[in-house]
Amino acid sequence: MKAAVIVFPGSNCDRDVQVVLRESMGSEPLMVWHGDATLADVDLIVVPGGFSYGDYLRSGAMAAQSPVMKDVVAKAKKGVPVLGICNGFQVLTECGLLPGVLMPNAGLKFVCKDIHLRTEAADTPFTQGYDKGQVIRVPVAHHDGNYFTDDDTLKRLNDENRVAFRYVNADGQTSKEGGNGANPNGSMDDIAGIFSAARTVLGLMPHPERLSDPAMGGTDGRPMFDGLVQALG
Amino acid sequence: MKAKVHVTLKPGVLDPQGKAVLHALEALGFGGVDGVRQGKFIELDLKESDPKKAEAEVEDMCKKLLANTVIEDYRVDISEG
Repeated sequence: MKAAVIVFPGSNCDRDVQVVLRESMGSEPLMVWHGDATLADVDLIVVPGGFSYGDYLRSGAMAAQSPVMKDVVAKAKKGVPVLGICNGFQVLTECGLLPGVLMPNAGLKFVCKDIHLRTEAADTPFTQGYDKGQVIRVPVAHHDGNYFTDDDTLKRLNDENRVAFRYVNADGQTSKEGGNGANPNGSMDDIAGIFSAARTVLGLMPHPERLSDPAMGGTDGRPMFDGLVQALG
Repeated sequence: MKAKVHVTLKPGVLDPQGKAVLHALEALGFGGVDGVRQGKFIELDLKESDPKKAEAEVEDMCKKLLANTVIEDYRVDISEG
């Protein structure tokens, strides 16, 4: 399996993803600079977290227009799996691969802490390492993670089972189900991550790559990468 | 030519920053404010000298970059440099 990690000025989780992919794949992922016009043929593209272009204008807006993203979008449309984490999720909404937008957190504060997620769909390469309904602990670290979309799109996401993860408490309850305070950013319908219609693109605000090694205090993020390697060979 | 672009949140989209500003104004004793919506103001110096063409070009810029039309509206005003 070959994977590529896109690196923008201001990316800061590119190395974290590089390490996890190296561990899971047993080989080196390509690190691809944003200014490159094209991307080698790979089985997985990761758009990592960080603060590309200093979040100027809107989070992810500048990165979405950078040269390499044209090829990322073209490859995604051909079915190459694309994973966007945190700022990567923001970039994927800005370039139209995923619907909606990540708005400033409802509490207006940068939120940096471990949270719990419930796996809402385990039938994709990204989530097959988890069981449906499984609760995992991973960190969030963002200012703009408040997912928003129009009512029709929200209905479609739910009807098509395209919500990948929801924010829950340790017992697996969303804020609506009694998990008070489980939603860290005011995200619509407690959404933490969504799939594209073809289920080949996943964007999520939390950072599975940051809890993927026992030395980091947790490994709940690791099955995402191991599952991807298993699915994509 | 100059273009002045106002980017504002669409009606109905929650604006936490606007709400915080409203609360701060209330705390300062300005009781006469019913609501605050915060947006962006962008000024562009354009090479184009034809106002119609300039407006069309800036509209295109708004759609492609300056505004996210999922949540934002924009207004373009063109004036002589």
